[in-house]
Amino acid sequence: MYPTDLKYTIEHEWVRVSGDDATVGITDFAQKQLGDVVFVELPDVGRTFTKGEAFGTIESVKAVSELFCPVAGEVLAVNEDLGPRPEQVNSQPHEAWMIRIRVANSGELDSLLDSAAYDALTR
Amino acid sequence: MSLMTTTPPAADLRKTPLHATHRAHGARMVEFGGWDMPVEYSGIIDEHMTVRTRVGLFDVCHMGQIELAGPDALKAVQWISSNDAARLAVGQVQYSALTTPEGTFVDDILVYRMGDQHFMLVVNAGNIMKDYRWMTEQCNGRGVDVSVVNASSRYALIAIQGPFAERVLQQVTGIELPAIKYYWFAHGEVADARVTVSRTGYTGEDGFEVFAPPAQAERVWNALLHAGASSGIKPCGLGARDTLRLEASMRLCGSDMDEQTSVVEAGLSWIVGWKKDTFLGAERLRAQKEGGLERRLVGFEMRDRGIARHGHAVVDGDAHVGTVTSGTQTPFLKKAIGLAMVPVALTAPGTPLTIDIRGRRVRAEVVPEPFYKRSEPA
Repeated sequence: MYPTDLKYTIEHEWVRVSGDDATVGITDFAQKQLGDVVFVELPDVGRTFTKGEAFGTIESVKAVSELFCPVAGEVLAVNEDLGPRPEQVNSQPHEAWMIRIRVANSGELDSLLDSAAYDALTR
Repeated sequence: MSLMTTTPPAADLRKTPLHATHRAHGARMVEFGGWDMPVEYSGIIDEHMTVRTRVGLFDVCHMGQIELAGPDALKAVQWISSNDAARLAVGQVQYSALTTPEGTFVDDILVYRMGDQHFMLVVNAGNIMKDYRWMTEQCNGRGVDVSVVNASSRYALIAIQGPFAERVLQQVTGIELPAIKYYWFAHGEVADARVTVSRTGYTGEDGFEVFAPPAQAERVWNALLHAGASSGIKPCGLGARDTLRLEASMRLCGSDMDEQTSVVEAGLSWIVGWKKDTFLGAERLRAQKEGGLERRLVGFEMRDRGIARHGHAVVDGDAHVGTVTSGTQTPFLKKAIGLAMVPVALTAPGTPLTIDIRGRRVRAEVVPEPFYKRSEPA
């Protein structure tokens, strides 16, 4: 079962909502599909993204995938620790966050999946 | 994120004799060259490190075997391939290229001299029928007395690779393995199956490839896993096979070179038999060797963060001057490395390269090959 305190996208990002901020990572399902993660490319703080826009890339040994912004917003912080230790995405996918954003439109949060819906999606 | 979803295997994908074993033991499967193959078991990095430090087991049954036999077998092999097969003793193997009249790759191959008048060519999985037709066409009408047989379905092929490979394989065979030198082979039994064992591989480590009857493939596989348990053996997939071969600077036909790439351009002049009589593509290869070369494959290491991949452009200002043919983050050396086809002016070690990774320009540098070379056993 996926953590109930997180929201999810059909593109396998998780979102932790806290007030006006949202922290974003990729799910356990996603990291298993990717395999060993060796590189995470994240944006500069201060950039803004629209909902669904690519904000970075994640590379495993065998493949490259784009990371999509679950809701529109401005980047407040990026997880610099993933630079030297990208393998955290495999070992602790729901702790290894990638970006924290200031949510531009809180209404967009309503379109995210809850834990049960995401769980059903990945079965 | 954009996931490569694991699609269910298409009904027409071919399966090796070990397919059910892979599925039953949790391998992640992918399509490769028309085959449903394991891409990873425990993870690419773990499998890669296991082969570098202990021993790994690979299903390479998808590789093809084409046999040439008859009074003119040597003459036929000499005509269709670049290396000098006359230098092979019976029991010896060489790396070579099946060449076009332009000296480019139909395929890269291993040539086994089974007898004075009998050769076995091991070819890439996706090229079996193409190679077989090509060889037949090249032999027909040249008055050579030779039979060309696609024997691929007669052989299962299992690779055991890593510093403990000899120790593990020796437990299940009476063949005296220390007597088999690098790129030589012997016949005998493994786990009561009639086999041919060669000291060859595609990982840069010591190891063997075992040719067995398909009906006994599973027994040989299981016997090796059992014998290797105390040595830490692990089954490995094509993912680790690719990172291991690239770390060892071994080329992948279809990715690093193809029918547009000559043997000399691929940096493989050492598999051209310069002293032998003419062969397909000899004229062009000789001209390239004597100063007519415009581009060549080089090894590079990334200097900026990023991983260059197959198809990324090597740029000089606005000009697209070359192309990355393979690239990865290597688990053992822990560097982003790759191979690129570049103009000869950019081939000297130390030359800076600029690579366009999805619109981002990053620096790399030409380095000497191989990236990784195993230390010789004491």
